Amino acid sequence: MTAGAFENPDVAAGAPQHPLLEFWFDFKANFGAVTGLAVIVVLILLALFADFVAPHSPIVTNNAAFLKPPFWQQGGSIAYPLGTDAIGRDILSRLIHGARLSLLIGIAVVTLSVVAGTILGLVAGFFRGVIEIAIMRLMDITLTLPSLLLAIVIVAILGPGLMNAMLAVAIVLLPHYVRIARAAVISEVSKDYITAAKVAGAGRLRLMFKEILPNCTAPLIVQATLGISTAILDAAALGFLGLGAQPPLPEWGTMLADAREFVLRAWWVVTLPGSAILVTVLAFNLLGDGLRDALDPKLKR
Amino acid sequence: MLRFALTRLSLVVPTFIGITLLVFVLIRLIPGDPIETMAGEHGIDPARLAQLRADYGFDQPVLVQYGLYLSRMAHGDLGRSIVTHEPVISEFRMLFPATIELSVCAILFALCLGLPAGIIAAVRRNSIFDHGVMGISLTGYSMPIFWWGLLLILLFSVQLGWTPVSGRIAVQYFIEPVTGFLLIDTLLDGDFGAFRSALSHLVLPTIVLGTVPLAVIARMTRSAMLEVLGEDYIRTARAKGLPRFRVIAIHALRNALIPVVTVIGLQVGVLFTGAILTETIFSWPGVGKWLIEGINRRDYPVLQGGTLLIGAIVMIVNLLVDVTYGLINPRIRYTR
Repeated sequence: MTAGAFENPDVAAGAPQHPLLEFWFDFKANFGAVTGLAVIVVLILLALFADFVAPHSPIVTNNAAFLKPPFWQQGGSIAYPLGTDAIGRDILSRLIHGARLSLLIGIAVVTLSVVAGTILGLVAGFFRGVIEIAIMRLMDITLTLPSLLLAIVIVAILGPGLMNAMLAVAIVLLPHYVRIARAAVISEVSKDYITAAKVAGAGRLRLMFKEILPNCTAPLIVQATLGISTAILDAAALGFLGLGAQPPLPEWGTMLADAREFVLRAWWVVTLPGSAILVTVLAFNLLGDGLRDALDPKLKR
Repeated sequence: MLRFALTRLSLVVPTFIGITLLVFVLIRLIPGDPIETMAGEHGIDPARLAQLRADYGFDQPVLVQYGLYLSRMAHGDLGRSIVTHEPVISEFRMLFPATIELSVCAILFALCLGLPAGIIAAVRRNSIFDHGVMGISLTGYSMPIFWWGLLLILLFSVQLGWTPVSGRIAVQYFIEPVTGFLLIDTLLDGDFGAFRSALSHLVLPTIVLGTVPLAVIARMTRSAMLEVLGEDYIRTARAKGLPRFRVIAIHALRNALIPVVTVIGLQVGVLFTGAILTETIFSWPGVGKWLIEGINRRDYPVLQGGTLLIGAIVMIVNLLVDVTYGLINPRIRYTR
């Protein structure tokens, strides 16, 4: 995966490149990362235009078409290209609308987690002492409990449902961002430029967000990309256990839960939603790995 | 060394107290009084309700209640299941061996494949094998294992009929639990038919639960080996004419294993997360399935007790890994 980044000859001649250009040069040499990005772009387009692309409504049932196989199998028809589920809903349409749901889950969860985590981490790093200990102990507890178990406990408190499941996953992901932000503060705060900013009269908020935060954007971006894949996976797992999105929402994990009893009779209701989850999660992991290789100066020669 | 172990221990205690607080808050935040939940829908005599509230200490201030909860916990009393009326701790003790058996098999499976794959990938860096291993392990890492389990059932149990779909052992065998681990108990009985049955029930859940640890171990082993193989002492070992196998298997691997051991230790939490899903798919009678049934039946004492026990176990294992890490890597001991 990292092969491309290493084979890359350093562009030494001439004026130094713009950092963004240099980043893109490293990134596009990584075949996996570019593939991941391409898949994600397709998924985003599908999600945006789901209403136009999907041949049917994701929740309207058709009594005349229960468990119809995909079109290439006997008994399938082109009207339902990937077949129908047990109550006659078009699988393809549900998958496309599911992409919208899964991307929303991933992005919303990670946004919430990154914002809250960064603020907590900056605060912990800045105001050492009791506040720091309280925040970091809290994060230790979140890290100690197995992630899915913690999410289940939170859902048990809040009640099942998509919103609560998203909140639970956001809390589970929190410690990573807190740690990154706190580490950045601790390593930067004693450096000269911070002292200079202080002397120039910068306030605490300015120091936190304008001076220190930019130093940890690279790891935060990488962690956020990888976090999207974790969020999609965990939310799907909660949906599968009946604790996340509730039917008839076309969430991929919930679709799998509905399909479990038909595993013997209709392979397509089981294989397709899972493939969708796998492809999406894999795409975000590839992108995240590629971003890390391109952004992390330590890995570069 | 003792000081190092004690420092680690002192960090664990507040985390454990935090977990007890979380579980206690869980009791208080869930809508409905636990006593009313216990009474069920038939209603309860008000005098009896007040009596029960007083018995369980629910008429006391919250802090006193937390103290009572801690003292009951210290006596091994984690409450009783609302559904079965069995003590939570004895149910846990009965089901836990099944989860351990599955988890141990899964981690062994992950090690047996992941270590050699990672080592060979590092030695043959940028070869097809290397790219293949890294591609497969990233796929394994991204795998929704609840779906992976269904796929394997579809292929091996339904299409090929090689393995059973669910459970731990075929119904005709009754094995008196001695250790609770069926693979060992059946052998102690000398019943090879039962052993074969238990083994065939284990195969698919082991693969499903071992997939994510396998991916993590392969990736970690590869990167640790790559780092070590670039060190000077490896070049020295090669230069003095040691056989290639000896350099890799003895000189390099020993140091590369240090970070890998930590990663294996950290898989305990991952294994529990996976066990919840794997046991649900394969109807494996372990702690994970028990917890999910608990939440579906609103059996909160089970959820609370189970969360506390699992949290405690993960913490103890992490502590042991930390201390082992200090033992095998003196640098850690002295720098902290």
